[in-house]
Amino acid sequence: MAADLTSKNAPSPEAGEPAIAVKNLRVKYGEREILHGISFEIQAGETLVILGGSGSGKSTLLRTLVGLELPSSGEIWVRGQNFAAISEAQRDEIRKKMGMSFQQGALFGSMSVGDNVALPLREHTKLDESTIEIVVRLKLDQVGLSGFENYMPAQLSGGMKKRAAIARALAMDPETLFFDEPSAGLDPIIAAGLDELILKLKKAFRMTIVVVTHELASAFLIADRMILLDKGVIVANGTVSELRASQQPRVRQFLDRVPEPEISEELDYLQMLTGETPPLRQ
Amino acid sequence: MPLTASIGEATINGLAYIGGLARLTGGAARAVFIEPLRGRQFRFSRAVHQAMAVGIEALPIVSLISFFVGTILALQGAYELRKLGALQLVASAVAISMTRELGPLMTAIVIIGRSGSSFAAEIGTMKVNEEIDALETMALEPVNFLVAPKFLAMILMAPLLTTWADFMGVLGGALFGVTNAGFTLTSYLHATLKALVLRDIMTGLIKSVMFGLVITAVGCQEGFSTGLGSEQVGRSTTSAVVKSIFLVVMVDLIFTAIFYFTAPR
Repeated sequence: MAADLTSKNAPSPEAGEPAIAVKNLRVKYGEREILHGISFEIQAGETLVILGGSGSGKSTLLRTLVGLELPSSGEIWVRGQNFAAISEAQRDEIRKKMGMSFQQGALFGSMSVGDNVALPLREHTKLDESTIEIVVRLKLDQVGLSGFENYMPAQLSGGMKKRAAIARALAMDPETLFFDEPSAGLDPIIAAGLDELILKLKKAFRMTIVVVTHELASAFLIADRMILLDKGVIVANGTVSELRASQQPRVRQFLDRVPEPEISEELDYLQMLTGETPPLRQ
Repeated sequence: MPLTASIGEATINGLAYIGGLARLTGGAARAVFIEPLRGRQFRFSRAVHQAMAVGIEALPIVSLISFFVGTILALQGAYELRKLGALQLVASAVAISMTRELGPLMTAIVIIGRSGSSFAAEIGTMKVNEEIDALETMALEPVNFLVAPKFLAMILMAPLLTTWADFMGVLGGALFGVTNAGFTLTSYLHATLKALVLRDIMTGLIKSVMFGLVITAVGCQEGFSTGLGSEQVGRSTTSAVVKSIFLVVMVDLIFTAIFYFTAPR
């Protein structure tokens, strides 16, 4: 199959070594710091869910992990290299072993579904067209979209777009798959179908999977481990059962879906601006 | 803010913008001319596709506009020349103004309207839909993938379209020449060829290549700087058209001045 066609000069993670190690990561947009020095590890083959509310920095963290944002300081170790400090060409070599599924799919609207999946293969491998065709069919089959090669993205429903995007992310046989809000904007049945697909991929390929979401049900179903981000810092990092048992107020608020206290007092507003945890509403 | 500070800031922003255009053009030129020598393939099929859109599909409208512009030039020229009893000079007047100035300029305006705006809309929509991010995560450089084919198509098609526009303009002038100035079609074309020197045509073509570069760079730059949300795509498109027209006229002025001061006397 298409395995190992592109793994030039990039060593596989050694046994026991984390697939990705993040150390003291800080990310800024202009003057505003979004992530305030966070550290964690992702073990090879595990599914890590990054939970967090809007504005918690979870999307920024994901964008930084795939190299769409550069940290202002800190390290991201992938395949024995500091992803944040290497050249663009070296980063591209690592990217070929990563797959990313975007929130809205981000399929190329001017290409058919089949061409979307074939694109990385055509650009990065020397496979001939007939082999690429077989790989495309296989990848679409894996995500339950057999026979949709010739459809244009605009002809697909939201859930199908995401499946097609996953097929494209799988095209290069990645070691790590990243998902940005896989169930955003989908009805519960379609969303459950996507969760099942992620579980299937995890079982079948033993891939390292990183999912950013705020959907609790989906998170508990697919995660091996979870990180809860709040205002750019990690407030909890543990297995599913550890998180469920946590008595940490911010974790409880998130898991028990307690709304943020309303901002009625000037003091509350100041507290929110300074980033200190507002008291929970009892 | 004091006036001097505003002027300074505007100047710095303007220079930074032009620097951005230069970087984009340089990146595209590297992808087309240098990377293939280093063994990284450039997909010419994509440039062919763009060349069709930029060049071939623009032929009807460029033909029509330059034909009419040729006729207008003949009418305007004849108005003055008639007073001097020099109506036969209308052929050379049309030929020289068409090849040196209006052929390249009118073609550039059509290209801005058709292609510059569509570059900004295409890249802007891709930006809004996270497709640019998707390219990057797939280790595909957006400049190589999106800008380079447009760049190659444009530096080929802008001078070709301009050459065609020059010819159609001359034909437009001939419409007046034959019906009102006592020319036959053959004698009009003969007078045109006699009036033109190679330098007239070459300066026009050099300008058209520069216009093509400006239009591509501005269209793509505006696309890449599209903000979030689909209404931003509209804004980028408008901004691409306005900035392209302005910069094309500026480039026209600069090159016309260079050609004037370096002309043999």
